[in-house]
Amino acid sequence: MTHFSALSLLRNALTGHKNWAEQWPDAQPKSEYDVVIVGAGGHGLGAAYYLAKEHGITNVAVIDKGWLGGGNTGRNTTIIRSNYLYDESARLYDHALDLWDGLSQELNYNVMYSKRGVMMLAHNVHDVQSFQRHIHSNRLNSVDNQWLTPGQAKELCPPLNISSTARYPVMGAALQKRAGTARHDAVAWGYARAAAARGVDIIQNCPVIAIRRGADGAVAGVDTAKGFIKAKKVAVSAAGHTSVVMESAGVRMPLESYPLQALVSEPVKPVFPCVVMSNTVHAYISQSDKGELVIGSGTDQYTSYSQRGGLPLIEHTVAAICEVFPIFNRMRMLRKWGGIVDVTPDRSAILGKAPVEGLYVNCGWGTGGFKATPGAAHTLAWTVAKDEPHPINAPFTLERFTTGRLIDEAAAAAVAH
Amino acid sequence: MLLIHCPYCEETLPEAEFAYAGEAHIDRPADPSALSDEEWRDYLFIRSNVKGPHFERWRHVHGCARFFNAVRDTVSDKFMTTYKAGDPRPDLTAEEAAQ
Repeated sequence: MTHFSALSLLRNALTGHKNWAEQWPDAQPKSEYDVVIVGAGGHGLGAAYYLAKEHGITNVAVIDKGWLGGGNTGRNTTIIRSNYLYDESARLYDHALDLWDGLSQELNYNVMYSKRGVMMLAHNVHDVQSFQRHIHSNRLNSVDNQWLTPGQAKELCPPLNISSTARYPVMGAALQKRAGTARHDAVAWGYARAAAARGVDIIQNCPVIAIRRGADGAVAGVDTAKGFIKAKKVAVSAAGHTSVVMESAGVRMPLESYPLQALVSEPVKPVFPCVVMSNTVHAYISQSDKGELVIGSGTDQYTSYSQRGGLPLIEHTVAAICEVFPIFNRMRMLRKWGGIVDVTPDRSAILGKAPVEGLYVNCGWGTGGFKATPGAAHTLAWTVAKDEPHPINAPFTLERFTTGRLIDEAAAAAVAH
Repeated sequence: MLLIHCPYCEETLPEAEFAYAGEAHIDRPADPSALSDEEWRDYLFIRSNVKGPHFERWRHVHGCARFFNAVRDTVSDKFMTTYKAGDPRPDLTAEEAAQ
């Protein structure tokens, strides 16, 4: 692996950028691995990286039906935050935030993590009370989050409409300063490059057809489009397709897959300094370093695997943005797309052991998996390596849907997901 | 925009008139107190989430306001058929053969 530095950039600039080495080889599957990870998104690639780096397990394959980072890792709105209400969630997402902090240096790959702040707008008394409750809860968990008056919110984000005559007036905002955005593709590429450098095989365009179990019931390997691959441990990190893959191992999941859409505007000069989310008017927006406004809202109402979604939702999303930011009402939108998100009944992830020996699952991130990428990858690697959960992901079991010990972020959020 | 046929109004109308209401044919347990934790989990939380023909409920909220059932292919989002609440699951072999 070529180490990226100012010197290597200079050397390659002098030779016309024709001598950059391949960042990771396009591997073909071996007959056997210690660990097979299904799904080469940020979570799966990251888990492979941490397995190799922190647990010394390098005989690992990450298998994907498409290209790496081509699923939800490349389809999200790149927002990173950790201001969740419940202790379990705050710990998990803040663990991810801690890892985001040093990720570019660790991977020697610029993931462009920008702590530009995420501001959540309160438009009514319920919002104010709910966000202040979040702020107090976050403070007890040492998660940064603070209250802003409408004037302070406007100062931070000048395009914001704080007129008292607005249909949904801004009554205040919760600001997490440490939150922000990162370059989503770079996260997948950085983890892939660093994992491959430690010996991990990344196998693309190879759909996993089924998880095969031995006579003793334990995992024996995976059947793929490129044949059977033997492995005693299989970790499924397949986002919207997790329930399909898990069903092949005889495990039915409490998941439903919905399309989540996003869109970007034409690129414009820097106008929008932070991330703003408005749960009540129901949209979120930031500006990418390329200059596009990156916009999203909730999922479509119906389950689907189509990676498209419907236009009524886009209309709803853009209407919300124009309500809060009238300045943008003549911006032209360039592209819209959809990803398939796997949603759990309590809107919290499932990260841990499956009820089959040697099978692990990381799923249920719903509409907010990108921000968790390093934390999910790190704790999944721990769980696979030690065959027991890390204390941080221990509450996020599959069993909680039997015991009733839910982590009900669905009820905690001020917005219907 | 999905076009959805309401079996009560007998009209095909845009998605904006309808609300999705989850998987169909999930029967409430006849004797709830006799259920084990696993059976409660299956009833409350486990869904088929199929990639393919999905039996689901819709409600014509901005029309007759009635619930009905539909079969939709979750890969193409195309509706295969809709039918009234209480009707049995339709036999899909004819629809699948036609596709």
